Amino acid sequence: MNDSSENILEVDKLITSFETDRGLQRAVDQVSFVVPEGKTVGIVGESGCGKSVTAMSIVRLLPQPAGKILGGHVYFKGHDILHANDAEMRAIRGGEIGVIFQEPMAALNPVHRIGRQVAEVFRLHQKISKKDAWDAATEMLKLVRIPAPEKRMMDYPHHLSGGMRQRIVIALALACRPSLVIADEPTTALDVTVQAQILDLMERLQSEMKMSIIMITHDLGVIAETCDEVVVMYAGRVVERASAEEIFANPLHAYTKGLLNSIPTLETPSKSVLNTIPGMVASLADHTHGCRFCQRMGRKTGGMRERPGFAEVSPGHWVETCPECTSNIEHRT
Amino acid sequence: MTPLLSISDLRVHFPVRAGVLLRHTSAVKAVDGVSLDIAPGETLGLVGESGCGKSTLGKAVVRLLKPTSGTIRFDGMDISQASQRSLRPLRRDFQMIFQDPAESLDPRMSVRSIIEEPYIIHGIGSSTERMQRVNALLDRVGLPLSSADRYSFEFSGGQRQRIGIARALALNPKLIVCDEPVSALDVSIQSQILNLLVELQKDFGLSYLFIAHDLSVVKHISDRVAVMYLGKIVELASAETIYRDPRHAYTKALLSAIPSPDPKNRREKILLEGDVPSPIDPPAGSAFGHRMNHPRYEESIGLDLSLKEISPDHHVAADPCCLVEEDWKRLQSGPANIANRPS
Repeated sequence: MNDSSENILEVDKLITSFETDRGLQRAVDQVSFVVPEGKTVGIVGESGCGKSVTAMSIVRLLPQPAGKILGGHVYFKGHDILHANDAEMRAIRGGEIGVIFQEPMAALNPVHRIGRQVAEVFRLHQKISKKDAWDAATEMLKLVRIPAPEKRMMDYPHHLSGGMRQRIVIALALACRPSLVIADEPTTALDVTVQAQILDLMERLQSEMKMSIIMITHDLGVIAETCDEVVVMYAGRVVERASAEEIFANPLHAYTKGLLNSIPTLETPSKSVLNTIPGMVASLADHTHGCRFCQRMGRKTGGMRERPGFAEVSPGHWVETCPECTSNIEHRT
Repeated sequence: MTPLLSISDLRVHFPVRAGVLLRHTSAVKAVDGVSLDIAPGETLGLVGESGCGKSTLGKAVVRLLKPTSGTIRFDGMDISQASQRSLRPLRRDFQMIFQDPAESLDPRMSVRSIIEEPYIIHGIGSSTERMQRVNALLDRVGLPLSSADRYSFEFSGGQRQRIGIARALALNPKLIVCDEPVSALDVSIQSQILNLLVELQKDFGLSYLFIAHDLSVVKHISDRVAVMYLGKIVELASAETIYRDPRHAYTKALLSAIPSPDPKNRREKILLEGDVPSPIDPPAGSAFGHRMNHPRYEESIGLDLSLKEISPDHHVAADPCCLVEEDWKRLQSGPANIANRPS
């Protein structure tokens, strides 16, 4: 682990399982990563790879009663918040750690006015009068650049467009000036033009408010645009971790390469055959203990019955050391 | 070459009713004067923000919606006002693939019955022949034969989309309208489906109207691309040209917004303010000029803002708010004021 003084969040060997009909299934299998202060860390992977479950474990918003955190540590500013009680956790969530959800319509209450919902955050986390909370909320809408904020405070969520709603959700997450924001696919439901507005807004607010961001997305373009560090997850495990530049310039794990090669860019020739990753993520119950990407590729994992190690191959660049999936490590070192 | 599909001045308006008597007060002008051609074997990409009318246009083309006015010629025959009964035999030739295969496949039908249904409706083949054809289709779209007797909900998103494609292919259509066929899929699965669509096009000589909001995907699969804004086409050119040399301000903004998957090469973004305006009461002049608060907006009111050819096979709306001065002058003076259809 890195020096903890620079890291606002350290996730160490986190294990999250779900109670299912077929027994306890591990969705997050010993995931470790760090979030340096003021930086943006992206978590990328396909649906079902455990990226959202990891993030929701940090703030303990797992579906109940099925979701259970069974091991590991989550150090937020040096304190292990996995052992905080519910009241402490409620104070942290929305206070020190803000959460931006993918679907703004589901994150907002349809029967309350925008103003009431934003002001509520201030009332919950600060000793503040109703009037002051209302003013602070108006100020917040101004900060996320909503035109005519006084007027919008009286609107209901359905009055607003998708982009405007996402701004409200960002306002909710940032109301108490959190030091860490977890953004779960914040722009997936939006048009590219609106996505560009929202990402630009988040970047500006990040530098104004000096916060760290965990950006969960399946869009590698968004990762490249916004992130300093990247964590690549596959089937509940971290397979590779490095700075954004390093991941894009020098991916080592076969899964990372597969992801990067399968997106068409404006430079790929028209109608050329795109690279694909065969098959799909195995369901939780069928996960092997050995290398899970080998499992997907249908490789008999041979000697790799054990879980592959996770090694730092160059400063800050970590990769799962399955000999089949990371063949070019030897050439490099 | 004669176009397979030829749309001319197509309008699809939805009535807005209000008041106690539900009087027809105004109209949502979802598609408002669109003209397009698609050649046999060609892919025409259609891009634009949500609410610009691209899905409505797609549905009107396969006559899931009745156009308010304008013509849709398919293989030379005007189908724009044809009755559902007279359309039925024609429907063999144009099919549709939907965005969400979970919602467009009947959960109570087995995969076999879903793919077989078009044959039954059109009275094709005996039951053994149909069975053979279904098996061949499953194989063609990369699904195991064992999937025939399972139900669509047992499959993942990518596999469901393959079922949707098999169903669309069943009657050997000439045109498939693909409405956001890969936007619900993960990138690795998305590339599998795109590869399949390209292969099928080569094998069967299909034409596609490919509707999507992901501009990199559209560039990859399309021969030509049309950019739609508030019910109108604002730019139309070959995929190569439109991405290399966009002329309309909206196209430029849209392209600049694509996140680049290369951290060292972050594009300078043109950030648009606000959202697409409401198609219920669109601005009188240039819709995009209105959104941008363009100083020449007043000038655009009353002008003919339809597509003009700015260079060979590159068409752009003649809109003073959205073109650089040089392009605007060229359109005003040039002899190239040909109508908006490439011949």
